[in-house]
Amino acid sequence: MTVLAVAEHRRGELRDVSHELVTAGRELADATDGDLHVAVVSGSVEEYADRLDRDGVDVIHTVAHGEEFNHDVYTQAVTQLAEEIDPTVLLMPQSVNGLDYAPAVANRVGLPLITDAVDLAYDDGLTATRELYGSKVETTIDSHADSTAVTIRPAEWPAAEGSGDATVEPFEATIDESAIRSTVTGFQEVGGGDVDISEADVLVSIGRGIEEEENLDLIRDLADTLDATLSASRPIVDNGWLPKNRQVGQSGKVVTPDVYIAIGISGAVQHVAGMKGADTIVAINDDPNAPIFDIADYGIVDDLFDVVPALIEGFES
Amino acid sequence: MKVLVTVKEVTAVDDEFEIDGLGIDDRYVTADLNEWDEYAVEEAVQLSESLDDVEVVTVTIGPSDAEETIRQALAKGADRAIRVWDDALDDDAMLDPATKARLLAAVAEQEDPDLILTGVQSADDSLGATGVTLADQLGTEWAAVVNALDLDAQAGVAHVHRELEGGVEELTDVELPAVLTIQTGINDPRYASLRGIRQAQSKELAEKTLADIGLDATALDSPIEQTALYEPESEGGATLYEGTPEETAGELAGLLAERGVGQ
Ligand SMILES: Cc1cc2nc3c(=O)[nH]c(=O)nc-3n(C[C@H](O)[C@H](O)[C@H](O)COP(=O)(O)OP(=O)(O)OC[C@H]3O[C@@H](n4cnc5c(N)ncnc54)[C@H](O)[C@@H]3O)c2cc1C
Ligand SMILES: Nc1ncnc2c1ncn2[C@@H]1O[C@H](COP(=O)(O)O)[C@@H](O)[C@H]1O
Repeated sequence: MTVLAVAEHRRGELRDVSHELVTAGRELADATDGDLHVAVVSGSVEEYADRLDRDGVDVIHTVAHGEEFNHDVYTQAVTQLAEEIDPTVLLMPQSVNGLDYAPAVANRVGLPLITDAVDLAYDDGLTATRELYGSKVETTIDSHADSTAVTIRPAEWPAAEGSGDATVEPFEATIDESAIRSTVTGFQEVGGGDVDISEADVLVSIGRGIEEEENLDLIRDLADTLDATLSASRPIVDNGWLPKNRQVGQSGKVVTPDVYIAIGISGAVQHVAGMKGADTIVAINDDPNAPIFDIADYGIVDDLFDVVPALIEGFES
Repeated sequence: MKVLVTVKEVTAVDDEFEIDGLGIDDRYVTADLNEWDEYAVEEAVQLSESLDDVEVVTVTIGPSDAEETIRQALAKGADRAIRVWDDALDDDAMLDPATKARLLAAVAEQEDPDLILTGVQSADDSLGATGVTLADQLGTEWAAVVNALDLDAQAGVAHVHRELEGGVEELTDVELPAVLTIQTGINDPRYASLRGIRQAQSKELAEKTLADIGLDATALDSPIEQTALYEPESEGGATLYEGTPEETAGELAGLLAERGVGQ
């Protein structure tokens, strides 16, 4: 079989998930002695091809068209390539840009789509593992189609290493300019401001478990007591209780403090993406099944409104 | 102008739960309107407040149990609601993005909206794919993960921000008609007023079968099959402190002091 994996880049940089796609793709191809093809669309495709040529990549298809990601270009280019190569599995990333083109490609090629896979196996057919209900439960999905589109969760597969001897083939996609009905006009950085949470040694991070804005004072007290910096999961920032520069996660800041104390945070994948690199992770959550405990080093399964006051007191004495 | 908002009743699983076949045992779930859809509804209602003649219609695929949840959107200002359901649909069956989109597209074709808002993802299934699949089935333009919207109805353009990873936003102009998948934080969803809740009771909530939207059971055919549901093995080697809050907090305080916290 053939696996086709589509790389991702942004503002001149190949993104990490690209090499993870190579690993996932190679594993699938190995299961059937098949070939791994990689596609890279837009930007400095030759330079990207060079960096994508890792161990196990057989062919790299380059589509030179424009600089940055545009979903109309990606959709057309990847659709045409998939129709030409007819891959058994078409792999794309479950990144923000993946969310913006993978479903359209699947629809146009007529492939069923399985999103956010955390594991893949091929044996007669494709089986994907994905998570449900905020990662509390896992499910397996079988595809009975000859060919399936899959998006993989970033940071689930290790990055492919080594250097390969792939052939690089420019692909002449026919891009219909009149079908490009969206235009990227620029980029904007957000979340600057008074503090840089990524500089902090100790972070006290609060999530939706705090329930009310008034209750934040309790967490501020804890942060003061521990001489720590206050950060938060997304809902706290969405509610306007703390500014954007305090948000940890995929769309906020990536932090690597010595100690990260997650309080009333479930540990959704987009949150974990921003803090899993912390040295010591402590979780306080009254749900023993909260996924945050999967990555925590120390935990207390209890009500934060009981534990936090006791912690302030305990630390002071 | 007409804005169609897709809304889903999602289930949250209790702290302790049991799995029943391919679903969670009903005793351990609570239902609510999907968080992302709350923001989508608010965005549509705000459009209807700032522009003349905007009708906001919600559409859901869900059983009659979902009606109470769906009325929340009517209480917050949506004008009417459509609920698609059919005997051929099974309560527990997971619908894949193409199937969901097929049903929603059939409704969209009847309603002919200028703008469709969906959530980025549903909190339970987390496919993150229904909105863009719907757009492409309809042949309209789209944008995924939108956290700012400035609609220029006259020019037929939506100026949006797409929230990328790492605190970067992409500024994009999208031609209408379009499907936008809405990210949380784009606005500040209102609470339904008592008056709104009362009015919602008399707003239209139309039930439609597959036949009503011009489809038959073959629209549900999918090559994707859910084969198992299970609790993942805990990967965690976390040390859990046990005892009263004073005891556990005391141990944690000791650990933190050991790590040099507060010095
Ligand atoms: C494209 C995209 C990007 C995203 N980016 C981010 C991001 O950058 N950062 C981010 O954080 N999220 C992000 N999210 C959102 C993410 O999916 C989750 O919705 C979010 O992280 C949940 O936040 P939470 O853990 O605070 O809330 P919940 O998931 O609601 O968890 C609350 C937790 O508090 C616990 N709790 C409740 N009461 C108590 C109590 N009294 N005592 C102790 N514990 C209690 C509960 O058991 C639960 O585990 C993103 C989502 C998408 C789709
Ligand atoms: N059963 C459904 N009925 C109506 N809308 C839905 C349904 N499932 C998903 N959606 C919409 O699609 C968005 C993304 O959901 P999903 O692709 O399932 O993660 C949700 O936020 C809803 O707006």
